[in-house]
Amino acid sequence: MDLAALKTQLKNFVQSMFEEGVLDNQFSQIQALQDSTNPNFVEEVITLFCNDAERIINEINRNLGYQNVDFSNLDSYVHQLKGSSSSIGANRLKLACANLRQASDERNKEGCLQALQLITCEYCLLRRKFQALLHLERSIVELETNQK
Amino acid sequence: MGMAIDRDDTQFHVLAVDDSLIDRKLIERLLKTSSFQVTAVDSGSKALEFLGLNNNDADDDEEDEQRDSNTESVSSDEDQDHQDLGLGVNLIITDYCMPGMTGYDLLKKIKKSSSFKDIPVVIMSSENIPSRISRCLEDGAEEFLLKPVQLSDVNKLRPHLVKGRSKDIDSSHKTTSTRLITSGN
Repeated sequence: MDLAALKTQLKNFVQSMFEEGVLDNQFSQIQALQDSTNPNFVEEVITLFCNDAERIINEINRNLGYQNVDFSNLDSYVHQLKGSSSSIGANRLKLACANLRQASDERNKEGCLQALQLITCEYCLLRRKFQALLHLERSIVELETNQK
Repeated sequence: MGMAIDRDDTQFHVLAVDDSLIDRKLIERLLKTSSFQVTAVDSGSKALEFLGLNNNDADDDEEDEQRDSNTESVSSDEDQDHQDLGLGVNLIITDYCMPGMTGYDLLKKIKKSSSFKDIPVVIMSSENIPSRISRCLEDGAEEFLLKPVQLSDVNKLRPHLVKGRSKDIDSSHKTTSTRLITSGN
């Protein structure tokens, strides 16, 4: 595939993520911060985000595994995940966090477990799409480098 | 005396404080894109350490300020000179919600310090809580930004930095009035 076609494919792919509500405008802001002086910025942010999100989701999972759930601890984790999601523009994931926050506020363990399922779902979807996005990005960079 | 630096080109130095790795990365990039020099730390106590303020006596302690503190960071006994050379901190931007010392706690400590009370402090938060916002502004924060912070927000910071710097120069170089800041837009 040629460079122009790849770029179009990437653009359309990101656009579809916007349309599905998976990503919001904040992600465009992040893309805009990538330039020749910081050519890997998007990839770096995505990588940081995914590592962080997985860590937090695992922690939440662990917390909910206890008989007596420490809800204030849980609250802190949800806050972190919601914050990161918001910062990268992960719209649906951010909304899923609000669900967990609500259930946690209500000290509703069952509700929390359900909300966590949704979060996990949204995260997995997002991660898959991010992987596809990065794959496209890397192909573009490779082609651009070869053309120089 | 003898500083031929063109003020318009001198970089402003921003100290960014946020416990979130992603947010630190973002704010750093936003600030650098806007031509600010950036130091990013992950806690209020590290911020105070960088400034050369001891955590426990962040208020008016002359002895602390004279002492050569941390080797890598700017020591406060030279902070007037360093501010002029652009190595000092011209603005602090901090997250509100952080474990241990919150951004609000940090704001209070900075404002209590004789050396640093004039450094503009900006607070960021992901939560839009009016009482929180007004409390921060009342207690000395220049601006309160809602996260996620964008480039347009960062552009709002420049006037605060210029104002801070001219106050600085005024107080330390009263004889060199011809060199005073005119980089005001």
